[in-house]
Amino acid sequence: MKTEEIEKLDIDKAIGTVSEALSQSQKKRGLLIYAFQQIQKEYNYLPEEALRALSKKLDVPLSDVYGTASFYKHFYFNPRGKNIVCVCVGTACHVRGADNVLAKIEEDFGIKEGETTADMSLTLETVGCVGCCGLAPVVSVNEEVVGEVTPKKVSGIIGKVKAAK
Amino acid sequence: MTLKSIDELKALRARLEKETFRDDVPRIRACCGTACTASGSGKVMDALASEAQRRGAEVDIVRTGCQGLCQKGPVMLMEPQGVFYQKVRPEHAPWLLGYTVLGGVPFRQGLYRDDILSEPKAHVVDIPFYQKQLRVALRNNGKIDPRNIHHYIAVGGYAALEKALSSMSPDAVLDEVDKANLRGRGGAGFPAGKKWRHTKNAGIAGGRAPKFVIANGDEGDPGAFMDRAVMEGDPHSLLEGMLLCAYAIGGRYGLIYVRHEYPLAVKNLGIAIKQAGEMGLLGKNILGRGFDFTVDIREGAGAFVCGESTALIASLEGERGFPRPRPPRLSEPGGGAWGYPSNLNNIESYACVPPIVLNGPDWFRSIGTEGSPGTKVFALTGKVKNTGLVEVPMGITLREIIFDIGGGIMGGRKFKAVQTGGPSGGCIPEAYLDMPVDFDSLTKVGSMMGSGGLVVMDEDTCMVDVAKFFLSFTQSESCGKCPPCRIGTYQMLEILNRITGGKGTAGDLERLEDLAKQVQAASLCGLGQGAPTPVLSTLRYFREEYEEHVHDKFCRAKVCKGLGMFTIDSEECFLCGLCKEACAFDAVKETRRGFYIDQDYCTKCKACYQACPVGAVKVGPAAKKTLVREGKK
Repeated sequence: MKTEEIEKLDIDKAIGTVSEALSQSQKKRGLLIYAFQQIQKEYNYLPEEALRALSKKLDVPLSDVYGTASFYKHFYFNPRGKNIVCVCVGTACHVRGADNVLAKIEEDFGIKEGETTADMSLTLETVGCVGCCGLAPVVSVNEEVVGEVTPKKVSGIIGKVKAAK
Repeated sequence: MTLKSIDELKALRARLEKETFRDDVPRIRACCGTACTASGSGKVMDALASEAQRRGAEVDIVRTGCQGLCQKGPVMLMEPQGVFYQKVRPEHAPWLLGYTVLGGVPFRQGLYRDDILSEPKAHVVDIPFYQKQLRVALRNNGKIDPRNIHHYIAVGGYAALEKALSSMSPDAVLDEVDKANLRGRGGAGFPAGKKWRHTKNAGIAGGRAPKFVIANGDEGDPGAFMDRAVMEGDPHSLLEGMLLCAYAIGGRYGLIYVRHEYPLAVKNLGIAIKQAGEMGLLGKNILGRGFDFTVDIREGAGAFVCGESTALIASLEGERGFPRPRPPRLSEPGGGAWGYPSNLNNIESYACVPPIVLNGPDWFRSIGTEGSPGTKVFALTGKVKNTGLVEVPMGITLREIIFDIGGGIMGGRKFKAVQTGGPSGGCIPEAYLDMPVDFDSLTKVGSMMGSGGLVVMDEDTCMVDVAKFFLSFTQSESCGKCPPCRIGTYQMLEILNRITGGKGTAGDLERLEDLAKQVQAASLCGLGQGAPTPVLSTLRYFREEYEEHVHDKFCRAKVCKGLGMFTIDSEECFLCGLCKEACAFDAVKETRRGFYIDQDYCTKCKACYQACPVGAVKVGPAAKKTLVREGKK
């Protein structure tokens, strides 16, 4: 959802069938997280103008909009890289050596977890669990999940991301 | 087409049973769950399809949900031969079709083996991983295409709904679930029937209010993925369970809260809801019985605490995901979503409901133990040979799960502990491996069932490090509302960091234990109350490892950096000099006879230990340094 489209958002449709049971203000508030997700799908982060437009559309104070968005880990306020490499550091991956994988990637790109390279080509993140514990350790590149990551496979991932610039 | 009555559904099922899975067509049931997709099942499917086309063979390829054996993915089952293939590559496609589908013989290279020396096992019934399993919640996973409602109906789907709507009153459905003593699969084990009755009886002042049926798919526990398997592999069974619940308690709206890390689950659920809506199994006047129920999906946004019921409600309403004190409970007016009475259950609990209604509570009680009937899905992960999803009757021992189904520890190493229940659960040592597993027995040994994650650890895992790992997870996921959890977990983590960093002092363990008990007692929600459990359980069973870290500055698993004394064994060293090259601090010194490590320069970074090709660098307990007064001996 682009900033311009926020104005046209159909509240009753977006919230689904429960809309019959809710008051107007409940519907608006209930849409907040859905709207963040739609905005982030478009921009990869939540731009300020979009949040301002959203606050106006849903009649939720901007401070509340920001307060809610900042609670959830999934929402970002700074632009992120073109490629997103996400290292799983869940229990199963931790037991099978996710730390080494993370360290190797950090070293190769010269960034720490949560940071973006200067040329905006890559953002490195960690996640609690992607639910592929059977294949631990797991790294996801954009939406694609790579399992049983060995140091050799890490190099392959790095090469692929660098080529995709 | 829309089904307008129960007879139409019956007729459709009769037709589909004949048409959908015909006996005379060879069938490949290939896993397309997240893990197998990550191992490349998409390409395998394309190769199989094009190969079948090239040969002009009539094959029914079914893209199923998770079949369980994730480690060996992509996996598939050939029918009618019953041959099971693992680690299938696209280039195997001609052989699979030529040998098995057309020739009826197994293709040896793709078969499952216990280890590299043993004979491969061709048939799925011979594979130990599947032998001890009993599938209730996952009954259709691996059998049907989750994106096709016809498949679900053909294997007996929506038959429970049919039975309930045609011959049972809402109270009768509720009684069945109550009698079956179905306990919540999300972790706490609260009886579902009791919860449903409470929600049903909740009135709201001034007339009838709509009630909500909410499914909790915010499976945030690292190391657990059973809900994902149901949502991805058999979404209709979740919908049917919710429908039955709604019918029993008078629910009007359904919500499924799914975490955003599960895109495939959201997609498949969306397809399922749309199909069920088109068939008239969701919406207004379902099957002409005057029963209305609709379902919406809500995606989470990456907050572990939103798996807690009150926090989940806050998140649904668009607020920050803070838990709040109860009462009011969710089932009471003012407690649930937007104040309406709501029934919240785990995905797996709902998936268990249709078989209970269909087969009766006595059937369900015949499985499992007295106090915890039924089956439980476990996500078996960590250092075990066969990782994946297993569904077993309650009362099975941990040893059977880990050594018979899981095939034992990777690399023939020694078992150390198994962690159950995710970040709020505890570690169970070898002594309790023969204990029957159910809700109560796990609580008794200081752990919990949780959502059913089983992370197996071998002797190379440091228990202090594991406790630190879980605590750092809960600490960063703490919502910050109540101080015991916010500050307590932070302070506990500080102590653990000190211990694993080699700076532990006498009294640290007592302080840690004391703090843990206070956090446990004083926190507001399950996250804070559960956070100290990993620490307390490891302190209980592996205290000597903690003491080694504190007093001997030594980590026996050699995981913690900055601990131990590094020495070079001159007997084993063959003088390659790699350790000297690896050392950034010039601590490895060379003499005419060999190498040694200068303890004054050594920072215990482990570089030499990792560099040594023959394992001549040894890590031992640190030498005790004592100050001796000058002149005294």
